[in-house]
Amino acid sequence: MVLEFEKDYLELYQKVDQLKRIYKLGNKEKEEELRKLQRELRKKAKELYRKLDPWDRVLLARHSQRPHTLDYINMIFRNFIELHGDRCFGDDRSIVAGFAYFESMPVAVIGHEKGKSTKEKMERNFGMPHPEGYRKAIRVAKLAEKYHMPVITFVDTPGAYPGIGAEERGQSEAIAESLYTFGYLKVPSVAVVIGEGGSGGALALAVANRVLMFENAIYSVISPEGCAAILWKDQSKVKEASLALKLTAQDLLRLGVIDYIVPEPLGASHIDPVRSARVLKYFLRKCIKQLLSKNTEEILRERIEKFGSMGVFLEQ
Amino acid sequence: MGILDRFFKKKKEEKESLWTKCPECKTILYMPELSANLKVCPKCNYHFPMSAKERVESLLDENAQLLFENILPKDPLRFKDTKPYKDRLKQAQEDTGLSEALVVVRGNLKDIHVVLAVMDFNFIGGSMGSVVGERFYRACKLCANEELPLISVITSGGARMQEGILSLMQMAKTSIGVGFLREKGVPYITVLTDPTMGGVSASFAFLGDVIMAEPKSLIGFAGPRVIEQTIKQQLPEGFQRAEFLLEKGMIDIVVHRKELKDTLYKLLSMATYWKRFNLTAL
Ligand SMILES: [Zn+2]
Repeated sequence: MVLEFEKDYLELYQKVDQLKRIYKLGNKEKEEELRKLQRELRKKAKELYRKLDPWDRVLLARHSQRPHTLDYINMIFRNFIELHGDRCFGDDRSIVAGFAYFESMPVAVIGHEKGKSTKEKMERNFGMPHPEGYRKAIRVAKLAEKYHMPVITFVDTPGAYPGIGAEERGQSEAIAESLYTFGYLKVPSVAVVIGEGGSGGALALAVANRVLMFENAIYSVISPEGCAAILWKDQSKVKEASLALKLTAQDLLRLGVIDYIVPEPLGASHIDPVRSARVLKYFLRKCIKQLLSKNTEEILRERIEKFGSMGVFLEQ
Repeated sequence: MGILDRFFKKKKEEKESLWTKCPECKTILYMPELSANLKVCPKCNYHFPMSAKERVESLLDENAQLLFENILPKDPLRFKDTKPYKDRLKQAQEDTGLSEALVVVRGNLKDIHVVLAVMDFNFIGGSMGSVVGERFYRACKLCANEELPLISVITSGGARMQEGILSLMQMAKTSIGVGFLREKGVPYITVLTDPTMGGVSASFAFLGDVIMAEPKSLIGFAGPRVIEQTIKQQLPEGFQRAEFLLEKGMIDIVVHRKELKDTLYKLLSMATYWKRFNLTAL
């Protein structure tokens, strides 16, 4: 998948890549040309990604090559052991959960997983959980608490699945209980919005001591499509809706909803997932270090105060 | 007309017809009679929507006290769709006589002192923005501190889109609020009425110790239209209605509006009994 606005950039990127290979093969005379093209590429990237409008970021956040939860787990953590099932109905593969080492520390990792190939996407329901997904997340979070492990969550979902089974099995109850459980977890927690933070289905995994968001991720109460259809009564008004909703990382930092923006490599995370993972690892290390210096009571109080003070109103 | 009139601003005078048609059985009903019957159709038991004021009056004694009315809405995103959010707020305030979609009242339900948080669907679809979240959160704090039972009577279309992400965050905030009650062992009862959907359903509505619902109320996370569009098939009759949720084990009781006050009282007398007399079972 190539987005309209990244076409020129990708063309140049490929040219640089090719030249780099030739250069590495020993064609040292290409050095000058390579440097020139690299400068041009950087300039183009800066121009391009500085003027991205919110809708462009929606497209980047949903980019099919964008690294997903399992990519980050593989790149950042070691010895991941995945745990399955809600002990009640089934195993929802749109949420992955388990334990792994972050550097030398065992932690719990929980996140939405959209899948890569068409087959995998279907198996993972495009990252849209059913109640049993949230119940698995709750179960693993409580286990982490039992073992005194920090919890790291990855958020990347269009939203909780709107279907018959999901409603029958209590989507509302599962999300509500997840909000409560993560809100009162006695261990430090960090949430990272890596791609799409879609509504309550995203928030259910994003109540944490620190909330991070990738530069081109989005996080919103409703999809721009849904918002356009309801408020503008016109599905084509997605650009207007995505602007009005204030769903970019920059907006959310300003509104006090997230703590840090994780910068993405030039051209966004899908161009260079390894670098993206490296930067995220740096931020995770920083947050966990901050949180490990606090005791249980402080961790809990801090999180309750953080979410308890969200909102803007007039007090007379 | 109860004593609460002095708290609620006078509604914009409307030439409301004295007659209305029951949407269920099509009987023509005389409004004053319908109101006297708690807005339940005497022919078919259809539960008409109730305003927050009518709800409070139907459950609490006259000396109820309105709380947190000093917390008022703002327009943090300067949101404008086909109409500015500011104008929508003003319109809703004029139309309903309310300052926001959630009204918090403390008073007596017979001889039990309680706090009641009631939503009004006529205020921007009972949607949850920062004020709904903050008022509910404060109600939880108050109830935890004074060990007062909290009852929420809910009707909501979900999140207040015009407050964007801040509206979404109220789901976390209200859920944390319920935690204060859980920690103190204070009863928290929710009554879901038609409709209870989206972000409100998936936060403080479904965190009740006991969850009641009025007959035939539409209750769920995703709206039926969204589900139909997603699965590309028609939904079965009665799907997401209170009786359906009862059958699926998602709620405790379906209560006819005429029995709601007595049912709440019965439940709360038992739930508060041991604490009231400083007793423990063992
Ligand atoms: Zn009728």
